[in-house]
Amino acid sequence: MNKADALGFVLAAVARLITGAQGHWKGVPPKAEQRIYFANHQSHLDWVLIWATLPADLRAQTRPIAAADYWTKTPLKHWLTREVFRAVYVDRERKEGGPDPLEPLAAALEQGDSLVIFPEGTRSNKGMPQDFKSGIFRLAKQFPHVQLIPCWIDNVQRVMPKGEVVPVPILCTVTFGAPCNLQPEEPKADFLTRARDAVIALKPGGAA
Amino acid sequence: MKFLQSLTATQQIGLLFLILFGGLLLVSAVAVFVAMRDKSPQDDHGLTKFAADLRALWIGAVVFWLAWVSGAAGATILFAVFSFLALREFVTLMQTRRADHRSLMLAFFVVLPVQYVLAGSRSFDLFTVFIPVYVFLAIPVLSALGGDPLRFLERNAKIQWGVMVCVFGLSHAPALLLLDFPNTHDRGPFLVFFLVVVTLTAQLLETFISTRLRRRPVARQIDRTFGLQSWAIACLGAAFVGGLLFWITPFKLPQAMVMALIAGAAGTLGEFVMTALKRDAGVNYWGNTGQVTGAVGLLDRVAPLCFAAPVFFHSVRWYFQLKS
Repeated sequence: MNKADALGFVLAAVARLITGAQGHWKGVPPKAEQRIYFANHQSHLDWVLIWATLPADLRAQTRPIAAADYWTKTPLKHWLTREVFRAVYVDRERKEGGPDPLEPLAAALEQGDSLVIFPEGTRSNKGMPQDFKSGIFRLAKQFPHVQLIPCWIDNVQRVMPKGEVVPVPILCTVTFGAPCNLQPEEPKADFLTRARDAVIALKPGGAA
Repeated sequence: MKFLQSLTATQQIGLLFLILFGGLLLVSAVAVFVAMRDKSPQDDHGLTKFAADLRALWIGAVVFWLAWVSGAAGATILFAVFSFLALREFVTLMQTRRADHRSLMLAFFVVLPVQYVLAGSRSFDLFTVFIPVYVFLAIPVLSALGGDPLRFLERNAKIQWGVMVCVFGLSHAPALLLLDFPNTHDRGPFLVFFLVVVTLTAQLLETFISTRLRRRPVARQIDRTFGLQSWAIACLGAAFVGGLLFWITPFKLPQAMVMALIAGAAGTLGEFVMTALKRDAGVNYWGNTGQVTGAVGLLDRVAPLCFAAPVFFHSVRWYFQLKS
């Protein structure tokens, strides 16, 4: 076991101790097939929580998306995201005439890896997720064979509210729903609304 | 009796575990046979609940054994972990706000360890007042510094209550292990065993009798089965079992029965209070994972002990006039 694996193991154990990291596989079983998990985004811990919830063999082939400018700034951040989480780096700013920002994601999917994405693009603390960005639609169109799994992450904003650095132990759950793939000829706006509704429908205690 | 008295304390405790695990094995074996018979769906429901209780009993017995094997430090750490998990569950169910973050940090990372260190070092004078006096002040102060006046009293009351039940209450179990009696040494495990057995007896009897009797529940909105009659019978049952076990405690027969009655009553009432709390949090029964985040069921299991242990601890200390 090398250093990165050991740290990953410790991080998952800490996440379990603090949040319980319970995964409820309602729509799909935890299976090693290629998937894109998309979830609501409320906290920096969202990715760690989903990752800790996954069984160990799925963890190895499931990768997060990290903002290149932030997560490569210091050697530690770079090492953490590259070696422990095997993050896919994307540029937040889209330059005119530059390469497609989704290019690295597509490359990862072509390799056969699974991805975790937060289609809202940014963290929201309003309770309900904001409207989804169109990236997920383009990935769904480009990779129709990859399963799109909606996830609801519950309670994580209470563990570490914005501005705090020490997490407080509170149980969190991740609910995984049934695949929500693109229908043939489905318009973009319809698909994005449907995907967002699929995530909201998984909220424990109803969508109210 | 002569034979029992000739054994050393360690040998007696070993015998106790032999009896405990033997009894559990026997009950489990019978349960397996009963489960294989044909039965109506109603019986089936009762059996499922009984199976869950039996599993909790097994876990409790193993934890108790571990606590004894690992000595004073081990027992303290073990119960501290349980406290942590129970408090985590409690806080999850009580919706806290962002401004509570600091108070929660205090509860988890300062109050809980300090309380268990106090228990482990047998500083029982500070141990009994640390949470009701000092933490009682510290939590609202930190919360006020958080600067959110909305539902201030309610939020602080919740945290305060959680700390009282999950940390203060549960920490009395290892404290009991460490209590020194003037003429009997190393008898702490017997006292904890006594406490656990009588509270469990009361709890199981209460569940069993209330489903059999089907009397009017006292508070239908909270618990559909809890009745005064079944509660009284359960307490008397606990007293009876306590009487049977009097030889392992420093008590005489009547004392043991009274102590068991107190512990059984406190435990069952504590469980009743926990049911009310769950209803408030929107949980109808434990184990419905996916409906409410946080309902994993540990709190429910330790609740009777959380309420019975402090009452028991203080009655014992008061009665024997123990100074340490």
